[in-house]
Amino acid sequence: MLSIKNLHVSVGEKPILKGVNLEINSSEVHAIMGPNGAGKSTLAHVLSGKAGYTVTQGSVTFKGQDLLDLSPEIRAREGVFLAFQYPVEIPGVSNIYLLKAALNSIRKHKGLEEVDAMDFLTLVKDKIKLLQMDEKFLYRAVNEGFSGGEKKRNEILQAAILEPALCVLDETDSGLDIDALKIVADGVNSLRAPDRSFLMITHYQRLLDYIKPDFVHVLADGQIVKSGGPELALELEAKGYQWIEEKAA
Amino acid sequence: MSSSTEEIEQLISQEYKQGFVTELETETFPPGLDEEVIAKLSKIKNEPDFMLEYRLKAFRHWQTMKNPDWAQLNVEPIDYQAISYYSAPKRKEDGPQSLDEVDPELLETYKKLGIPLDEQERLAGVAVDAVFDSVSVATTFKGKLKDVGVIFCPISEALQEHPELVKQYLGTVVPETDNFFAALNAAVFTDGSFVYIPKGVRCPMELSTYFRINAANTGQFERTLIIADEGSHVSYLEGCTAPMRDENQLHAAVVELIVMDNAEIKYSTVQNWYPGDENGVGGIYNFVTKRAECRGHNSKVSWTQVETGSAITWKYPSCVLLGDNSVGEFYSVALTNNYQQADTGTKMIHIGKNTSSTIISKGISAGKAQNTYRGLVKVGKGAENARNFTQCDSLLVGDKCGAHTFPYVEVKQPSAQIEHEATTSKISEDQLFFCQQRGISAEDAVSMIVNGFCKEVFKELPMEFAVEAQALLGISLEGSSVG
Repeated sequence: MLSIKNLHVSVGEKPILKGVNLEINSSEVHAIMGPNGAGKSTLAHVLSGKAGYTVTQGSVTFKGQDLLDLSPEIRAREGVFLAFQYPVEIPGVSNIYLLKAALNSIRKHKGLEEVDAMDFLTLVKDKIKLLQMDEKFLYRAVNEGFSGGEKKRNEILQAAILEPALCVLDETDSGLDIDALKIVADGVNSLRAPDRSFLMITHYQRLLDYIKPDFVHVLADGQIVKSGGPELALELEAKGYQWIEEKAA
Repeated sequence: MSSSTEEIEQLISQEYKQGFVTELETETFPPGLDEEVIAKLSKIKNEPDFMLEYRLKAFRHWQTMKNPDWAQLNVEPIDYQAISYYSAPKRKEDGPQSLDEVDPELLETYKKLGIPLDEQERLAGVAVDAVFDSVSVATTFKGKLKDVGVIFCPISEALQEHPELVKQYLGTVVPETDNFFAALNAAVFTDGSFVYIPKGVRCPMELSTYFRINAANTGQFERTLIIADEGSHVSYLEGCTAPMRDENQLHAAVVELIVMDNAEIKYSTVQNWYPGDENGVGGIYNFVTKRAECRGHNSKVSWTQVETGSAITWKYPSCVLLGDNSVGEFYSVALTNNYQQADTGTKMIHIGKNTSSTIISKGISAGKAQNTYRGLVKVGKGAENARNFTQCDSLLVGDKCGAHTFPYVEVKQPSAQIEHEATTSKISEDQLFFCQQRGISAEDAVSMIVNGFCKEVFKELPMEFAVEAQALLGISLEGSSVG
């Protein structure tokens, strides 16, 4: 589904990613761990098409297409979803309005009919239960006045409605207390499907207690320096990142 | 500048859709203004003598006045002798008696603008007066309105049919000496709408006037006078467009509203005059004096305006709250893009007891535009328990535009309660990227955020206009950059 080959990315003159290779197949859950400043969020941003990054070498293929060639909204409509580390607030625009506009732009892109207000409401109410959110969140402005946990749940609600093929979770666990973490993890787990894969970016092992990855990769200084199964995460938790960095050096 | 900013900058170059010119045989005065021109104007309209006197008085006073310069605007000097003060499509002897006699070219023009004048085609429930350059070319549903006693006609016709009403009320809210542009308007106004709602009548349909400037080098000086007698109610809408031209054109209107005991006027404007091109060449100067007098107890006036057009907009629809318990409201969206400038707001003058007013102003600035809110809340000595709430929000799109707020408050009555809230925000690249990441194009995202910002004002518009206003904001913003 997603194939990253020798990806080099700079911000301004400064190289951040220095040859990342990663293959993700349908239904797989991959975790990327690594110390601060390793380039984890850069990878998430580059995949979703955020401005300000220059790809200097390498390629990213998504469902057989050159992903880097597509605008951010086309990537989204093709099924790349980014759950933001810091979801923005959009005053004046209600959550439900944004969700409906997003879903319909994706459906239109796929040649499907737009959903009407009634059908949409039924769909949303169904999904919102999953994340144990109050329906009143739908009518509040996007993320405005939401707590950290509510914002993250709102991100997962969006994923549940937009049904992406690739879900990139950028530090979704940051800022969550243990109860909120469980709810978010349950939401993510319920989204697991044969035609959907996940790329989880996290600093800590704790998220992986709730969302079991198939593969764990360690990103350090712009490269994936070690890959393994879920046991690698535990090893990192016990030994810290320094062990890996020293080994790589 | 990031690449997304560049992309967004390219988005905004949609043409002004109402910019076409109608080819017509016209009767147009040569440019220039003196007492003779005014006499000729009055004669061509077959006006009663008091009108000519009124015009000349205004003109003489105007000559003693200076072009005001206090606004936060950059206005090229206007050569008042280079403007033609009358232009009208040539018509048969007495003018059209019914729609069948209106020049088909004109009907076609309004159709193209989305305002079919054919009563069959027109949405039931909206009567239209179509003002083309200096004259009204058609008014629909006149008969139906007459049945309930409502007078809705061009003001030139009102001067023929109901001179006593016009004489009684004209200039009583905005005197001919009020300000530079009001004086000019009083001297040379050519047409506009006249509305009289008799006692106790709830006008059965929305009344609307659609103003169109077509001829080059002319000014449009429209005059609107609306009287809501005791216990009556009316909702009135106005829309405005003009062709694209490289020269600036002047639109200096005066609108007077008079509201008696227990009566209500709701006045909505969607102004989309040609704003000039992306380099700031051409466009309409929209210098307008709009004022309402709540003369009766429990009377109410509500101004709602959506201002997206014009090179320069300079207007302050105001309410003089004379009657006890009278209510004034002002809801405004002013959007400026490219080199557009707007200095707009309202005045709420509290004179009667227990009067209350609400001001909700939303200013949006994109491109290199400047957007100013200027408002006055004045509470007189006798206005016990007067209340005002003002909310003034500015939204910036991009980093080359400006928003300014000048609220003035003058209170002479200690029991008055005045509240003022103001915010300034900016559409950020992060917000846009977030929307894009959810599949929504940057252009739709800007329009969504702006519409969300304006929601409180749009809900005050009549349904049909609200939809038009939202679409208009989308078009007016195309090409604005964020960054």
